[in-house]
Amino acid sequence: MQRGARNFVSYCLGCHALKYERWSRLGTDLSIPPPLLQKDLLPPGDKSTDYILTTMPSKDADTWFGKTPPDLSLMARARGPNYLYQYLKTFYVDPSRQTGANNLRLPTTAMPDVLSELSGLKRAVFRDVMIKGEGGQFSHEQQFDHFETLAPGRLSETEYDQFVRDTVNFLDYVSEPTQAARRALGVWVVLFLLLFTWLAWLVKREYWRDVH
Amino acid sequence: MAVKTASGAPAAVPVGGTVQPGKKGFWAWLNRRMPIDEFISSQLTGYYAPKNFNIWYFFGSLALLVLVVQLLSGIYLTMFYKVGEASSFDSVEYIMREVDYGWLIRYLHSTGASAFFIVVYLHMYRALLYGSYRAPRELLWLFGMAIYFALMAEAFMGYVLPWGNMSFWGAQVIVNLFGTIPGIGPGLVEWIRGDYAIADSTVNRFFAMHVALLPLALLLLVALHLVALRQTGSNNPDGIEIKERLGPDGHPLDGIPFHPYYTAKDVVGVGVFGLLFAIVVFFVPTLGGLFLEAPNFEPANPLSTPEHIAPAWYFTPYYAILRAVPDQRLGALLLVLAVALFVFLPWLDRSPVKSMRYKGWMSRTALALFTVAVLVLGYLGMQPATGLYVVLARTFAVVYFAYFLLMPIYTRLEPVKPPPERVTYHAQRVMARGGARGARARAGRGCGGRGGCSEGGCRSEGGRQAGRRLAKLACQHQCHRHAFGAARGTQLRQLLSRLSRPEI
Amino acid sequence: MADHAVVADEEVDLSRRKFLTGATIATGAVGVIFAAVPFIESWSPSERARAQGAPVELDISKIDPGQMAVPVWRKTPIYVVRRTPDMVAHISGHDSELKDPKSEDSDQPAYAKNTLRSRTEEYLVLIGVCTHLGCLPKQRFAPGELYPSWPGGFFCPCHGSRFDLAGRVFDGSPASTNLRVPPYSYPNPRTLLIGEDEKGVT
Repeated sequence: MQRGARNFVSYCLGCHALKYERWSRLGTDLSIPPPLLQKDLLPPGDKSTDYILTTMPSKDADTWFGKTPPDLSLMARARGPNYLYQYLKTFYVDPSRQTGANNLRLPTTAMPDVLSELSGLKRAVFRDVMIKGEGGQFSHEQQFDHFETLAPGRLSETEYDQFVRDTVNFLDYVSEPTQAARRALGVWVVLFLLLFTWLAWLVKREYWRDVH
Repeated sequence: MAVKTASGAPAAVPVGGTVQPGKKGFWAWLNRRMPIDEFISSQLTGYYAPKNFNIWYFFGSLALLVLVVQLLSGIYLTMFYKVGEASSFDSVEYIMREVDYGWLIRYLHSTGASAFFIVVYLHMYRALLYGSYRAPRELLWLFGMAIYFALMAEAFMGYVLPWGNMSFWGAQVIVNLFGTIPGIGPGLVEWIRGDYAIADSTVNRFFAMHVALLPLALLLLVALHLVALRQTGSNNPDGIEIKERLGPDGHPLDGIPFHPYYTAKDVVGVGVFGLLFAIVVFFVPTLGGLFLEAPNFEPANPLSTPEHIAPAWYFTPYYAILRAVPDQRLGALLLVLAVALFVFLPWLDRSPVKSMRYKGWMSRTALALFTVAVLVLGYLGMQPATGLYVVLARTFAVVYFAYFLLMPIYTRLEPVKPPPERVTYHAQRVMARGGARGARARAGRGCGGRGGCSEGGCRSEGGRQAGRRLAKLACQHQCHRHAFGAARGTQLRQLLSRLSRPEI
Repeated sequence: MADHAVVADEEVDLSRRKFLTGATIATGAVGVIFAAVPFIESWSPSERARAQGAPVELDISKIDPGQMAVPVWRKTPIYVVRRTPDMVAHISGHDSELKDPKSEDSDQPAYAKNTLRSRTEEYLVLIGVCTHLGCLPKQRFAPGELYPSWPGGFFCPCHGSRFDLAGRVFDGSPASTNLRVPPYSYPNPRTLLIGEDEKGVT
């Protein structure tokens, strides 16, 4: 997750904010000591107690991309980690689009392929298939077949996969920072309730001996 | 009431209630001013409930528990939540991340909402199984239905408060339903919303209703529900009235004091329920999107509808019925009817017996089909309304309505079994069972000691004073009569009576 | 015997019942106490309050001698006075007129429990809230400003409490303790950090 945090700051923070998370919280939860947090992650001018905001002005973003890059604090809960993983792995070159890129998981996405430097450029090859529609008629459809690498990125396929996993895990943490504490406390609560229920059951059985 | 002393002069009688003799000072002081002892003796130790309650009878007290959990967690949430279009969503995230244990309070409330409906539905189902809505308990049933309606309103409004995208669109769809009412519809919708779309004014008034108005109504209705219950006494799985057979002390022969027997039993129920509840709260609070829907983690967006709008799971059967009907107005009407038909059950059910144990094959089939229909409709309500799903929804909607509308007919037509004179309690039920245990019981060898007392598990406190052997035998007599059948019990009883005769 | 549901047995093992019931109630009580903890803890200052209450930095080289700066820390005004040597001289010589000249009863960190009530001679750091009922005292640094023997200090307009240039309270004031000193430190000679010292962040 520390790697994921670093990935996020390097590649995502330019456009996406994590407005519900504080830098100081990030440091505590991910065991990043304050000096390191200050040096490696904190943008200059931000205090550690500040929320993680992006410098991209939303009005300009609207003009440039057609929509404001959404805040990602809760994206892992809203769409799920699987969605995020697939999204980051299925960008492909599409000259017909303004950003020059498209995405299989979210077709006509407004986001450009910012990770292409790492993942390389790839082209999507579609097949023409016939499928049966609801009314029983057959129609043509373009179905995704495979990707074709156009240019390699700085990372190998395994390295890029790890990169995406780290980043998605990080976003999963940000969407619910208290999850670790939740599960830890839960163990104790369940154990206690098991004890209590057992005792209560003994009491019940004892009293109900009277009843015939 | 005039009290005279020995000399004939009127004695000074202290004003106030009566006190059990021998109580400590403070307790006596309290009891002269509040009817506490009277309450305990009349409502707890002196209130007799049928002894044959089974697992279906836990859910009333559990519903009360969940109500308390919701009130407590809810009040605490209002200490941190900031209602308003611009602040609601952020304040919920503030609670989840920045308030100490805020996440726990939030999950208690969200899980509690679903738990409330699980418990209430099981509680209602018990009534369907055993005819608990039949006379003289119709009013009890009506108060219960009123609680159900209030609960649905409470849950609906509560769901809007986080101001997520599903909060917004769910509210939009359901409030628009009111627009189908002829004539006043559109005006009514605007009046409910306080604006031309679901907006700040809507969430604000829903907040006030959810936090103040409806909880008060719920508390009042629960109190009335309990008073009505106290008046008639509980029904039981055999559907017979225990008050019809009283013992020489005036208490029902098949009744046992609520305290300590059902207080003890209900605590076990609380423990088990608490375990399941805690497992959800701490390990799977979203329950895969059933208890906390994924689209609601995005802020409300009037310009973007979620892919599948579905209400919370506890409304989905009705939602499926609404969508099954091609006409909007008729669909809304049928939705209302689907909920309202429950109210009429006491008068739709014409069976000579109350409990499903003694009703005929038609009632059993109808209930079974109804159960399946509700479950299937519930599932369908979560799916998109296309293709096969629509066909299924229509089919099962018909089944759903048939359960109610045909009930006056099938409950009167079918042959029924005669209900027993006395309630069937565990030991006798074992006798009726098949298998080794049943055979042993019928042969007079009892259930082998697993019926509640255990072999060698009868102990004797009084034995030390009264003479060990005598008291121990008396205890064993109870134990063994139950566990090992009448024969052994009789042997011991005879031995006991010989031993206790003064000549010996 | 009567065919009752409950047989009132004398032979009931009361001690076992009492023990089990007691054990269950005790366990339940422990559970209730633990369950109360999150609700009570939720009232503590939230992360947001703690963040807003984080230590505050001030560039003290910008304060002119004899002047006072008033930054806000944890929503309270902090009086930072750059004392001139003359002002420092006026701190001694009136101990008999003070209620707590040695700051025995007053509230300050160990490094401020001295005559000057500060870490350094030059800078005074006080919580600018009157120890009587909470008004904000006003600066009256000029000797003789209030009355001829006035050495300079603070005057609270609400009920007339007077404090000297080390924040110590005069006899005859409704306030009974000296003005409080917050935890603070100097990470470097130009910077004052209010809210953090050797012990860490308060």
